[in-house]
Amino acid sequence: MAANEYVVRTKDLCKEFTMGGQVLRALDGVQLDIYRGEYISIMGPSGSGKSTLFNMIGGLDKPTAGSVFINDVDMAQLDAQELAYLRCRTIGYIFQTFNLIPVMTALENVTLPMVFAGTSTDDCIEKGIKLLNLVGLGERLHHKPSELSGGQQQRVAIARALANDPAIILADEPTGNLDLKTGTEIIQLLKRLNKEQGVTIISATHDLKMLDISDRIVWIRDGKVERIEERSQLDLKVGQLEGQ
Amino acid sequence: MLMSVTERYKEIGTMKCLGALDVFVVELFILESGVLGLIASFAGWLIGFGCIYLLALGSHGWAVVGQITFVQILSRLGIVMGIGAVLTMIATIPPAIRAAKMPPAMALRTEI
Repeated sequence: MAANEYVVRTKDLCKEFTMGGQVLRALDGVQLDIYRGEYISIMGPSGSGKSTLFNMIGGLDKPTAGSVFINDVDMAQLDAQELAYLRCRTIGYIFQTFNLIPVMTALENVTLPMVFAGTSTDDCIEKGIKLLNLVGLGERLHHKPSELSGGQQQRVAIARALANDPAIILADEPTGNLDLKTGTEIIQLLKRLNKEQGVTIISATHDLKMLDISDRIVWIRDGKVERIEERSQLDLKVGQLEGQ
Repeated sequence: MLMSVTERYKEIGTMKCLGALDVFVVELFILESGVLGLIASFAGWLIGFGCIYLLALGSHGWAVVGQITFVQILSRLGIVMGIGAVLTMIATIPPAIRAAKMPPAMALRTEI
C-alpha cells in the first residue's frame, strides 16, 4: 500500500435533480482525489452540493454523469449486492441527525453492521464493547438512543461507523446538531481516530472548527470545486478569523 | 402496512448504509407484519368468538356449553390466524420492495 495511494477519486462528477420540471445541477464536473489516511473537509454554503457529493462518494445515490472510484473500483460497475458489501466494510457513515435505530440499545446499534457482515455474535459483542469504550461510552452499553444526549448519540454513531474497520469514514455535518463544546469533542474524537487508526475521514461541514484539524479543505460552490487548500495555507486564515 | 413502511424510510436508509441487502429489508418487514397479523387476528378471534358465545348463551341458555368441541375452536383459531398473518404479509411486500430498492440517499432524505 503506497503512502500516497488514492482512496477516493471522482471524475467529472455530475448530478442533476429534476424539480417541478426544472433541471437543477447540484454537482457540475467535480474532480477530487483523496489520499489514504487524509482528513479532508468539504466546505461550502447550504445548497452548494456538499451533501450531494457526500452521497455520491458514499454510494448512497447514483451520479447523472461521471464516476466515483473507491480503491480504484468504479462504483457504477457494482451491482446492488457488491454495493451493499462496499457500504458495509469499506465505508462508515456518520450523519448530522445521528440516525441510530431507536428501538436498539447503543451496543446493538454498534453491532448491527457487524451482523450484516456476518460476524459471529460473540465477536460482535466483544468488538462492540471495545468500540464503545474507545468513544468513551463504556458505561452506557445498554441505553437506548432516547436515553442518551446528542453528543453521546453521535459517539454511538461514530462507534457504529468504525464497526467493520472501514477505510473511509464519511461524515455529513457531524457537528450540525451539537453545541459548540460537544461539537469540538466530536471533532477531536474524529481526529484522534484519523491519527491512531489511519482511517480516511471525509467530512461535509460548514463548521469552522473543522478547519483547524483538516489536512485539506475542499471549498464547493454551486456544484463546482472552487478551490482546495492545504492546512499550511490555512493557518493564516484561521488566525484572521480569530482576530476579528 | 404502507404507513408502517413509509414512516420508517429513514431507518431503512440507515440500514442500507450499514450494508443491509434489499432482501434483508423486505424480509424484516414481512416478518414484522407476520407477527403483527398473528397478534391482530388472535385478538379478532378472541373478541369475535367471545361475543358470539355470549350471545348464544344469552339466547339459548346453558344448553350451548359443550355444543362446540375444543378441537373445533382451536381449528378455527388456526385458520383465522393463518389467514390474518398471510394477508398482512402479502400487503407488506409491495411497499417493502419499493422502500428497499430506493437509493439510500433518497430514503434518508424523507422526513415524515
